Amino acid sequence: MDVLTFTDRGIYCPAGDFYIDPWKPVENALITHGHSDHSRWGMQRYLCSDIAAPVIKHRLGDISIDTMPYAESRQIGGAKVSFHPAGHVPGSAQIRVEVAGQVWVASGDYKTTPDGLSTAFEPVKCHAFITESTFGLPVFTWTDPETLSSQINTWWADNAAAGRISLLGAYALGKAQRLMKMLDTSIGPIFTHGAIENTNAVLRAQGINLPPTTQVTAGFDRKAHPNALVIATPSAMAGTWARKFGPDHSNAFASGWMALRGVRRRRAADRGFIVSDHADWQGLNDAIAATGAEKVFVTHGYTSQFTKYLREQGYDAHVVSTEYEGESMDQTEEAAP
Amino acid sequence: MKAFAALFAAVDQTTRTKVKVQALAEYFRTAPDDDKLWTIALFSHRRPRRLITTTILREWAAEQAGIPLWLFEECYPIVGDLAETISLVLPPPTQTSDHSLTHWITYIKALSKEDDTARKTGILAAWDQLEPLERFLFTKLLTGGFRVGVSQKLMTRALAQATDIDEAELTHRLMGDWTPDTTSYHSLIEAPDPTAALSRPYPFYLAYSLEDTATLDPPSDWNAERKWDGIRGQLILRAAEHHLWSRGEELITDRFPELAQLKDFLPDGTVIDGEVLAFANEAPLPFAQLQKRIGRKTVPKKLLTEAPVILMAYDLLEDRGEDIRALPFADRRARLADLIAPLPDTLPLRLSASVPFKTTQDLARERDISRDLGAEGLMLKNIHSPYLAGRKKGDWWKWKVDPLTIDAVMIYAQSGSGRRANLFTDFTFAVHDGDALVPFTKAYSGLTDAEFREITAWVKKNTLQRFGPVRQVTPHHVFEIAFEGIQASPRHKSGVALRFPRMLRWRKDKPTSEANTLADLKEMLAQYG
Ligand SMILES: [Zn+2]
Ligand SMILES: [Zn+2]
Repeated sequence: MDVLTFTDRGIYCPAGDFYIDPWKPVENALITHGHSDHSRWGMQRYLCSDIAAPVIKHRLGDISIDTMPYAESRQIGGAKVSFHPAGHVPGSAQIRVEVAGQVWVASGDYKTTPDGLSTAFEPVKCHAFITESTFGLPVFTWTDPETLSSQINTWWADNAAAGRISLLGAYALGKAQRLMKMLDTSIGPIFTHGAIENTNAVLRAQGINLPPTTQVTAGFDRKAHPNALVIATPSAMAGTWARKFGPDHSNAFASGWMALRGVRRRRAADRGFIVSDHADWQGLNDAIAATGAEKVFVTHGYTSQFTKYLREQGYDAHVVSTEYEGESMDQTEEAAP
Repeated sequence: MKAFAALFAAVDQTTRTKVKVQALAEYFRTAPDDDKLWTIALFSHRRPRRLITTTILREWAAEQAGIPLWLFEECYPIVGDLAETISLVLPPPTQTSDHSLTHWITYIKALSKEDDTARKTGILAAWDQLEPLERFLFTKLLTGGFRVGVSQKLMTRALAQATDIDEAELTHRLMGDWTPDTTSYHSLIEAPDPTAALSRPYPFYLAYSLEDTATLDPPSDWNAERKWDGIRGQLILRAAEHHLWSRGEELITDRFPELAQLKDFLPDGTVIDGEVLAFANEAPLPFAQLQKRIGRKTVPKKLLTEAPVILMAYDLLEDRGEDIRALPFADRRARLADLIAPLPDTLPLRLSASVPFKTTQDLARERDISRDLGAEGLMLKNIHSPYLAGRKKGDWWKWKVDPLTIDAVMIYAQSGSGRRANLFTDFTFAVHDGDALVPFTKAYSGLTDAEFREITAWVKKNTLQRFGPVRQVTPHHVFEIAFEGIQASPRHKSGVALRFPRMLRWRKDKPTSEANTLADLKEMLAQYG
């Protein structure tokens, strides 16, 4: 019998009668991480890692939620369940489910390179591995962290020297904080969009160390902060909100999609930094190899191409359709409520 | 190559005109002359010819990247550019180098004379010593499709800043039939050789769309003529030779051999701005006829009789060797009329007739009948205006007829490439034919970014079937499709082909039952085809 099955509500474990990252209301939901396409409203009971819980509670409000630390295991019905670091955002987990000696892992979203913010990814041995494929093509290779931080700081310093505000677009949970930690705060002050500052507050309250930031408010005086760097959600940057920073401000996006010149040009940004909280091509392949799994299920992303490739590499690979969304440059929903 | 790559990065990664011009001017001040010449050539669409088949480049790139060829082929439409796909999949270089742009172009030319084994060795060696952006540019030079987000106008402005030569003068010097192999930076820019100028066209003057008929006041200051739907061209007769240039600065002389006889009738030193039209019995033939001749370097006899062309003359730019662009339009037109009037009408040359009018209401009525005359609308030119270079507001206006429209149902969607790789942007539309939906056109443009995002989310949730990159979706959304023309096409299931189709409006208010039918399309074909 399959340890996990794929239903129109989400990934389901019959032995334990629970779902992983369901997209329709169910009784028992195990949640990999707090991004809105993986943790949704309407579940009767939630279970997630202790580090992921504050953001999920903040986003979903008054919910019944239970937590587990990484690596600790718990018996749920006929299934033994444990959470392992996925390296995607703080608290993100791969969920290991063992039934009668068969081990399956649902990895949610993950990346294999350490980001200085989330607990680093750990490979988990299993028989079957459920992987995302957001960037599952060999054209995606991320900039290494040192080069990346020097690119961003150089851009910021050049703008500051010219008296231009730097506006950087990034996801509210994970990417924004990870970038903050790379910034050289001797260049100037860091400001944030409200959606990001809300997330910062939650993460700081749980003891995660972030550099000082100030939320941009209605009375923001751009003349007073010509050397500022402002981190905003991509959707806020597209709107009238960005006018606060004057006609001369320089804008940039930080996303895996920035690897493609065409996407970069469509966003009409001054700069594109190639960084993602999802694994790049090499990362996906390495992660799958490290699990030792024979069976691989491929969810959101370049599913058909990546699955075909995995089959040629000898895996028993299958496409699974889900309602997870990967790294959209456009979604607004991550703005915390 | 590092200096050229830095220039490319600087102009490619910003949308600010000022920054682009600064970066270019700085490059023109510091780069060696032969690199400058190549840069000018590349930025003015004088790309080197493709010297190597792209098929074999794909194979070598896939092999070098250690991926199967099919996977490379899957990446290509998503990236949208072959050279970029290659530069992205290749492993990082193991060697370093910094040769000039001209070195690499010479290197590529030398390779083209070698056999495949030597080419492969040479190209892999180059890939292995270039940083990703340099590698992208090198491969762009190999594949011959070099395009960059800088207009020739901006490039010329930067060159003017760097050389202190007048921008209009430079614009003219850069036109014509030169390549870096036939000239040098010195003789092109610094000390132009007069004989090189014989084939050189003048920059085209381009009109903006009319926004408000109130600008046509007083009406007596304006000349109206039809806006003909052919290929805008400049015919040059100098030193007993003739040259025909398209608006895209492409030399198209050989495609229209019937125009050669004009040099026996017109004086030397004549330059005419006009429209190449397929034309018979004193009326333009449908654009589809002219289309048969576009893209053919040599023309079979049969086609010459089936789709004969003329030059419909709009303006005279050079009269007996004298540049008369500064004269008022009325004077230039009078000289043009004098030149054409005595010619036999067996010659493929006509004067584009003035459309008489007294008021803007008269003009509106004339515009309404454009389609019946085979025209796209009206051209309005101020009779006092000089012939300017490029697109300038104020003296010339085009007033196009409203497009034809039809309401259609979206049935297939495909994601865009390049800048739109993560959105569904290419759609196939159908009309009703009894119970069936018959596809009749594709359209890619016309929606806002927000609408593309909205339809993308919808497509993902309403996919019925996938055929490779194409998704069949639930027939649910109705779009108003606008187009400029319709013609019979046995190759299409619907029997029609549209010209310049685009999405005019997303008709969320209409159920699919209210979309048009195949019979409606056939009726349009009968009327306008
Ligand atoms: Zn996520
Ligand atoms: Zn996801």
